[in-house]
Amino acid sequence: MTGRKSRPRGGKQREDRLVPVLVSVLSIVVVFGIIGWAVGSAEQWPRIRSQFFDPAAIMDAFPGVWRGFLTNMRIWVICLVATALLALVLAVGRTFEGPWFTPIRLFVTVYIDLLRGIPALLLVLLFGFGIPALQLPGVSTDGVVWGTVAIVLSYSAYVAEVYRSGIDSVHDGQRLAAKALGLTQWQALIHTVLPQALRNVFPALLNLTIALQKDVALLSVIGVRDAVREAQIYTARTFNYSSLIAAAILFMLATVPLSRLADHLSRKDRERRLQGGK
Amino acid sequence: MDRITISGLTKSYGDKRVLDGIDLVVRPHEVVSLIGASGSGKSTLLRCINGLTDFEAGSVTLDGVDIFDESFGRTGLYKRIGIVFQAYNLFPHMSVLDNVTLAPIKAHKVRRAEAEARGQELLERFGLGGFARTYPEKLSGGQQQRVAIVRCLATRPDVLLLDEVTASLDPELIGEVLGIIRELRTEGMTMVIVTHEMSFARDISDRVLFLDQGRIVEEGPPGQIFGAPHEERTRRFLDRIIASGRLGG
Repeated sequence: MTGRKSRPRGGKQREDRLVPVLVSVLSIVVVFGIIGWAVGSAEQWPRIRSQFFDPAAIMDAFPGVWRGFLTNMRIWVICLVATALLALVLAVGRTFEGPWFTPIRLFVTVYIDLLRGIPALLLVLLFGFGIPALQLPGVSTDGVVWGTVAIVLSYSAYVAEVYRSGIDSVHDGQRLAAKALGLTQWQALIHTVLPQALRNVFPALLNLTIALQKDVALLSVIGVRDAVREAQIYTARTFNYSSLIAAAILFMLATVPLSRLADHLSRKDRERRLQGGK
Repeated sequence: MDRITISGLTKSYGDKRVLDGIDLVVRPHEVVSLIGASGSGKSTLLRCINGLTDFEAGSVTLDGVDIFDESFGRTGLYKRIGIVFQAYNLFPHMSVLDNVTLAPIKAHKVRRAEAEARGQELLERFGLGGFARTYPEKLSGGQQQRVAIVRCLATRPDVLLLDEVTASLDPELIGEVLGIIRELRTEGMTMVIVTHEMSFARDISDRVLFLDQGRIVEEGPPGQIFGAPHEERTRRFLDRIIASGRLGG
């Protein structure tokens, strides 16, 4: 590829670039055409289509599923912010050195082991049903609140580990240089270590962000009327599963742009630093 | 009065004693070079001077005050004694100017406008004015190391510690870094230099110390150390250096 770049501009070069694109398009059309034809001509296809891909049923279920999906998005944003902050506190707590901070380090280690060891679904059931059932005075009995807390607790364990790997990836020389310039341990963390750590693990964080967006659907098991719950309600009423496909499409429409955005931001950041200037 | 006084400095890593009763005095405006084989304790000694590394026994004073004295506060010592590392250790996520102004603004409470003006002035003085908004990874090794020196100077230190500052550089880039150090010498900067560039040490130093196994084996003016060393160990070390071609005319 590098050899091609150095060639002068001209028709020949454009042709060179066009050929691979054409081959790609052609192969996609052929492969997916064959798959489509095979599926479409199968004996069972009409039944599958009416059960899962019935356009009328999808349209019919859509308003309810959409309402539920907005609930998903709201809970997702809340979870995202709470998880990002809690995980950061955990990860930073683990970096404190010295014997005085042993309890903090121990707590974080146990916390992460515990919450990564328990299925998120189990935590959602435990918190979403269990805590309201206690009827504690002054404590919310709303299942949504406690289900959300369960997801935040579970995800923060994973995110804290990602943060930590980012912090570990920053070379010791950075901390040393900051210290030698007179920055305190805290200032070194804020101004030199964390910015680099977060940048290094940005793709991994975005991956978890996408996973979180879908795991909010776990709250449907404690009765939160999210997209999945709404789709199930429709299915229970009509015995048609197209509503679940409608929910699936909404989830996909939300995550795919997020992935592209991640690619775009990473590339931009790289370019900015290689080009110099702000 | 002496600027830096080291007495009885002893330091071990586990069972291995890397510094063994070091005594050293550095006077104001003096340039002292530490030479010796890898593992002789030169870099560790340098890092003890500004408290980056702790030590078991002995003391280090700056202008007669122990470096761990409370009067320095949390950051005062680092403001007075700057250090430049072999690997530059610039902050890659910050522009050159932000690298230079970070410590003055955050650690030493200089106003941003003032810190930036001074940073820009320093960069220009050392031929780096055009790179203020550039990120370190776009610069050559020599330019990065010059930025690291400027970053150090931005806190207006009284003493500069240079830890093998040319060891990571391609040969053709070494000159520009050594040039800055020469310039600092003419301005009267007190410096302690760890280096493998023997001809540079010979030219720039007021005094040269040869370290071996954590002890100062020999010290004296560069003419003595490089011309007529008294100690057998010094002679053997320099013979090896000459054989490797690092002590040219």
